[in-house]
Parts: sequence; structure tokens; C-alpha cells
Amino acid sequence: MSRPTPRPSPTELPFYEACARGELTLQHCEPCDRFLFYPRTHCDHCHNPALEWQQVSGKGTIASYTVVRRAVSEAFTAPYVIALIDLVEGPRMMSQIVDTEPEALAVGQTLSVAFEAWSEDIKLPVFKLHGVLGK
Amino acid sequence: MANTGLNSHCALIGMAESDVGIVPDKTPRELCVQVTLDAVRNAGLTLREVDGLITCNAFAEPIMYHAEAVAEYLGWQPRHCVTVNTGGGTTFMAINMAAAAIAAGMAHTIVVAMADSLRSFMTREQAMVVQSSSGHPHYEQPYGPTVPAYYALIARAHMDRFGTTEEHFAHAAVSCRAWANQHPKAQMRELISVEDVLSSRSIADPLKVLDCSLVSDGGAAVVITRGDRASSAAQKPIYLLGYGEGHAYEHISQAQDLTTSAAVTSGRAAYADSGLTPNDMDLLQLYDCFTPALLIQIEDLGFCAKGEGGDWLASGVSLPGGTKPLNTHGGMLSYCHPGNPGAMFGLTEAMLQLRGQAGERQLADMNTALCHAQGGIMSSHATLILGNEQPS
Repeated sequence: MSRPTPRPSPTELPFYEACARGELTLQHCEPCDRFLFYPRTHCDHCHNPALEWQQVSGKGTIASYTVVRRAVSEAFTAPYVIALIDLVEGPRMMSQIVDTEPEALAVGQTLSVAFEAWSEDIKLPVFKLHGVLGK
Repeated sequence: MANTGLNSHCALIGMAESDVGIVPDKTPRELCVQVTLDAVRNAGLTLREVDGLITCNAFAEPIMYHAEAVAEYLGWQPRHCVTVNTGGGTTFMAINMAAAAIAAGMAHTIVVAMADSLRSFMTREQAMVVQSSSGHPHYEQPYGPTVPAYYALIARAHMDRFGTTEEHFAHAAVSCRAWANQHPKAQMRELISVEDVLSSRSIADPLKVLDCSLVSDGGAAVVITRGDRASSAAQKPIYLLGYGEGHAYEHISQAQDLTTSAAVTSGRAAYADSGLTPNDMDLLQLYDCFTPALLIQIEDLGFCAKGEGGDWLASGVSLPGGTKPLNTHGGMLSYCHPGNPGAMFGLTEAMLQLRGQAGERQLADMNTALCHAQGGIMSSHATLILGNEQPS
């Protein structure tokens, strides 16, 4: 059993192509001067259809987190950390926090993005405590 | 009473529950058929006198056209027949759709029936995967969140913002179990303490297994009819005094606010519709899929100030003998939780209490009850206010 893996739509493809390059990109709405996530055909504020992809910092803070002790399926090995991350550019995203002791985590901590392969073609953003070097 | 909605035109006149808990001898469809017939009989009617059916689908036995298949099984051709799917909120949204259909003349008497068998007709793994599939397929599910994990994110945020503790959440489980202890049908009846909850197996920090609702089989149905027909019903009619909905988002990662839910919106609408206030409610039947959900509903429906839900629960007001009885059947934490039909049992219990048919756990001086349900991850909310006297 393998982990659920996105099959990007044409609208979403730039996000996953950037992930494969090791870059976090978000759609930006010029009239609202606002970033959005997840990828959409229209701004979810003004419904402008002309959104532009921009690379962002990959930095954020923990809005909330949980240590999953009972995995959702055999594709995952507990424990693992699920978090909601407020990116410094504004949007919130769900991800995993990797390479950390759960006891070290707290709401408000600063994170940096990293990328992990979910399949041969797809890499997904995960996060690490900022300033902690990867293994 | 300043009732501006559709609901004052309708009343609940029949109800039935199947066996609940572990019920391996009937499929979800058979349970749905059984409670449909039993609820109509409870109303003193025959199926020929009912002209509408509303159901919800079953995870354990999905049927493409569910309500039509249940009617067919009964050899019944109702005038109005539709399947509703709004997750945990399905129960009260279906009640409101029934009331709206009756007010619009689409039917005069409707059965709302739901059943599922997550316990006996699915493996534990299947039940977990199907429930967690409410997560966004590209931006949540790949990371492996479980439904308890979604609610743990809400719990952690509430703890961080308001100083709520794991003990506070535990009090919700203790309260529901204390009521279940008095109900002979409840799936889990053995009394538990705060310490029992805190020391139970961790599922998704800070939630332990006793913070999580049950996985059950079971079904329930109610019969709703036009007000002018209710006065001649076999049972004491239970009137729909007010109703409200609130829809904030679908996926938890898109929530504007993790600690305040659209129960604020649905509650305000239901109070305005009924002309009543939180203080007027004699009984609370809230949606206790996980203990933090219950705590946040207590705050958002106006039973205490925001952030004080933990202290409210710890004070014991919701326990047997307290001034605000809560989930007097034991809730989904202790009575049963067969998935989408879960809130039906909050409704049937409210009807029993308002009729004066709740046996040894019957509350004194019962006039009003507030029933609340939510779908998604505290995403969509529905609040229903019931009373046992006809609104003027």
C-alpha cells in the first residue's frame, strides 16, 4: 500500500513542477495583492481568473499540530506529525513536520520547507523546524 | 412567538431506533427499512398515510439512489423521495428539508430514516480510510491525517489560545458516559473518570481513545407532518420551533478560525427563528464526535463565554442532576455512532424527553431542547430547536 499521491490537474501542475525543482510557489492575485493556496482557477476573494505563480520564502509558523499515534493506513508508520502551517506570505497549508522530536514542537514555532518524493514523479512540501539541519 | 421560518408549520409525531452498538444480523439497508416501518407505526400511521421519504447513504453499503432503493424494498411509491448527504449535519438538514417540502406542498408527512453499520460491515481500517477521505485529496490526504488528527489540530489550537487543558476535554467524555450509564441500550455504560480518559491510549495528541466517539451499527427514523395533522397524532407532537445553518469551509486547512466555528451562525439563526435564547433550553443534544467539538459547540451556541467551555464542563452542570443536561442518551461518545446517522439519536432522545417517555432518565419540567450537528471537520453546522407545546 502506498501513500495517497496527487494526480495534478492542468491548473495545479505549476505547483508540482516547482516542488520537483525544490521550490515552493503560490498563486498571487494582483488586484487583491494577496497569495492563495490551494491552487485555483480564480482568486477565492475577488474571483479574478488571471493568477500568477510566484516563488515564496518557504518559511512559516505552526498554527497547530498533532502527533498521529494511530496511522490512517498501512501506508503510514506512526508516530508522525501533521501540522497546519501559516506561511509568511499569508496562506495556511497542511503538511508534515519531519526530522523532529514531537516533544520539541509548539504552536508559533518557525518552520522551513523541504521536499520529499511521494512517487517517481511527485514531490511534496514538508516542513522542518527552522535552523535545524536535515539528516 | 416570533417564528419567521418554515418550521412552525411542522411537528415530529413518530420515532424509532434499531438496536445499536454491534448489530451484525442486519445490513444497513435492512436497518433503514426496519426503522422506517417502526417510526411510522410509532406515529400511529401506516405507510399508505405517509407520502415522503428522506434518507442518507450508508458507507458500509453504498447505494447510488438510496432513498429510492429503500422505498422500493418496502414496495412503496412515495410522492417525494430524496437522499441527503451533508456528513454529520445530514440529520438536521434533512429535517429542515422535510419541513420545507411540507411547507411547499410537496408532501404532507415525511419519514426521515438513516442507518449504517461501520462496526460490523467494515473493517477498522476501511472505516478509518473512508472517514478520513473527507480530507482534501491533494493538499491533506497525502500527509496521512486521520479524522481524530483533524480534531486534534482544533484541540491544540484551543489549548494554545484559551489555556484549555486535556482534563477539560476529558470532562466531556466523563459527562456523556455518566448519562450512558443510565441508558440500558448504550454501547458503553461503565462509568469512567477524568483519569481514565487521560490514561487511555493516545490516538492523535492531545486526543486519547476515550476522547473519540464510538464506531457502531445502528439506525433511527422520525416522522414529520404538517401542523394541522399533528394535533390528531397518536403521540404528543414535538414542534420544530427554530432552525439555523452555518457553512464556513469544507477542509480544515481552509478554516478561517480553528477555535470558533459556524455553530455561532447556525445557533444565532435558530435562536432568532424560535424567539428563544440559550437560557431557555432545558436539554442540549450536541454533536460529540470528539470531546473538543463538544466543548467548542458549548461556547459557540452561547452556553458560556468563548474560551470558557472547559470550565463549563468541569463544573458538572452537564452531569445527571445538573442544571444543563447534555446528551442524556450518552451521545456518540458512549451511546452509539454509526457515522452519518449519529445525530439521529440525539434527536430521538430529545423527542423521548419532550414526550416524557425517557424512563428512568426522564428529566423534570421538559419544554425545550436544542439539537446540534455538524458535517466535515467542524465545517457545516445545523441547529434545531424543539418544543412540546404548539407555537402560537
